[in-house]
Amino acid sequence: MVQLLAADGTRTPHAEFDAVLDGPDGAGGLATPERLRGYYRDMVMIRAADVEATSLQRQGQLGLWASALGQEAAQIGAGHASREQDYLVPTYREHGIAWARGIEPWRLLESFRGVSHGGWDPNELRTHPYMIVLGSQAPHAVGYAMGLQRDGVVGTGQPETDTAVLALFGDGASSEGEVSEAFTFAASFQAPVVFYTQNNQWAISVPTSVQSRVPLAQRSRGWGIPSVRVDGNDVLAVLGAVRIALDSARAGKGPVFVEALTYRMAAHTTSDDASRYRPSSEEEEWAQKDPILRLRRHLEQLGEIDEAYIARCDEEAHDLAMQLHHHIHGMEDPDPVGMFTHAYAEPHPIVEVEREQYLEYMAQFENDDDIDKSAEQKGERA
Amino acid sequence: MSSTNLPIAKAITAGLRDAMAADDKVLLMGEDIGVLGGVFRVTDGLHAEFGSQRVVDTPLAEAGIVGTSVGLAVRGYRPVVEIQFDGFVFPAFNQITTQVAKMHNRTAGAVHMPIVIRIPHGGGIGAIEHHSESPEALFAHTAGLRILAPATAQDAYWMTRQAIECEDPVIIFEPKKRYWVKGDVDPDHRPELSPWEATVVRQGTDATLLAWGPSMPLALESAEAAAEDGIDLEVIDARSLAPIDYPTIIASVKRTGRLLITHEAPVVGGLGGEIAARISEECFYHLEAPVLRVGGYHLPYPPSRMEHAYLPDLDRVLDGVDRLLEH
Repeated sequence: MVQLLAADGTRTPHAEFDAVLDGPDGAGGLATPERLRGYYRDMVMIRAADVEATSLQRQGQLGLWASALGQEAAQIGAGHASREQDYLVPTYREHGIAWARGIEPWRLLESFRGVSHGGWDPNELRTHPYMIVLGSQAPHAVGYAMGLQRDGVVGTGQPETDTAVLALFGDGASSEGEVSEAFTFAASFQAPVVFYTQNNQWAISVPTSVQSRVPLAQRSRGWGIPSVRVDGNDVLAVLGAVRIALDSARAGKGPVFVEALTYRMAAHTTSDDASRYRPSSEEEEWAQKDPILRLRRHLEQLGEIDEAYIARCDEEAHDLAMQLHHHIHGMEDPDPVGMFTHAYAEPHPIVEVEREQYLEYMAQFENDDDIDKSAEQKGERA
Repeated sequence: MSSTNLPIAKAITAGLRDAMAADDKVLLMGEDIGVLGGVFRVTDGLHAEFGSQRVVDTPLAEAGIVGTSVGLAVRGYRPVVEIQFDGFVFPAFNQITTQVAKMHNRTAGAVHMPIVIRIPHGGGIGAIEHHSESPEALFAHTAGLRILAPATAQDAYWMTRQAIECEDPVIIFEPKKRYWVKGDVDPDHRPELSPWEATVVRQGTDATLLAWGPSMPLALESAEAAAEDGIDLEVIDARSLAPIDYPTIIASVKRTGRLLITHEAPVVGGLGGEIAARISEECFYHLEAPVLRVGGYHLPYPPSRMEHAYLPDLDRVLDGVDRLLEH
């Protein structure tokens, strides 16, 4: 397992990773002090949004929330390892990925609130919709990558425009047949796709040991897909691994698999009770490996962060949470007739008839309201 | 006139070729569709003409084939997928029903899914298990999908073209038993009839007989046989199974007062039941008899030496007509 930042924040040299983190000549890489502070801020912000979303669910404002607490480095690192032109294919617990791709947190909450099934335009933000049928997104990622090959934007030697796909799935979804089929297609066609697993140790109540007898990273090697396992709570290890993998894929060298070891600090979702299946001692053990604290310690060692910056990040995070709170509380329910709009792209006579029937049915109650109102008014006059 | 006489399989080949020539985003995906030309030879010659980037011999994995097509569609391609046999579509059932059918709705219209899934379907070919099924109702039940069932060479050509042009996903159930039956195709003149409309293929007054795809010859044969007994059947080719063109069926039933539906799929939970319910709602006061169905039994498709007893045939359809006219 590649780890660059120890728990106390000390950085270990690693020739291959350091080349992308520090740049070819020790400058212009992904780990400049300014960028490191940015990752720290991103992680603080997304954690605050995540905690606020859990509160919103408890307040009845969201039907469900799937927390990503503890996975901030694994997500912010991978998100920033991707280049602007890349296409990312997430599961439903990728809030840090979404943040790094510029998706506002309130858009993520649309589906958890139940006002839409999506929240953003995948083409505009170059990020696929959240996937709930786990594993189903893996072949989508490979297909998109096959499209990139046909578009001639792979292996031209231009890393600024050559494009790759980052396919995300968890340790649980790694058991889905479609993930295996995605490996097969990616390997056969040498598609420019990086498979990225955040192994957060738990698939709801089932530990990773039930999904696989060997480290997940070994799985892809049977397909001839090279793999690397990194410390997922180490933002530098994630950044380096995913950037190297994506750049290799975009250069036309075929798929790569990256496994990041991390931990789901919260329950599976707000409907889950993790105390039924895992000991709190395990949670406490992982709390010691907190990804945000680790980066902060590293920045402190470098002398590149001060109390004022930390306080400003906390303040911004608090403001973000409050904005999210007010935005969601102020979000009006959509007119249900909208559910008829996008079932098909082209006109569909059955849907049109049912839409008209729905409107006619509802119109009866509008009249009832009028009757009620006039009755109320009469009552008031009386 | 530029009409040519082609077997249904070759009409589809021509439709695919012309669609690929018209739009370089159209590509074919499937098992054995490249050098071999498909197990039914429907893609014969296309690999040589368009190359392996556009006629893709895929690994043997239906969920992977349909799943990668979703990604290609997001990237702006128009994949045409061949499922080798009807019974092999089920490994892809998840991708078709949870992804292909729902992506446009999920993204509020931002992402289109112009994917065509070609499925050779139907029985009566003496095949082993899983090669003779009619699963159209399973897909017709899923909102977001469209389904076409060509019965003629002309429809096979044009439905292929029009399905590929459609911005929605379309499943085409191809009548495999009739792949080598010839018919006239006019590829130069786009038909006035929409692919989503049913058509009256034989006018009659005593009862309406509705069928589609591989059952159409049986329906017409039944009408000819009934005519010898002085019974005048109107025959409709449904053509589109999702959406079903109810106005055409309703207009016919209002004229004849009777409806018999025949399909190879099991009657239980089949499309005939859905159509019967709709017709009883819309034509209640015009009906002289309950809507009847003649179809497969509520059984797994039988071994081929028994399939003649399972599939609707002339006698079973005429028996249905007799029962319809008893009322």
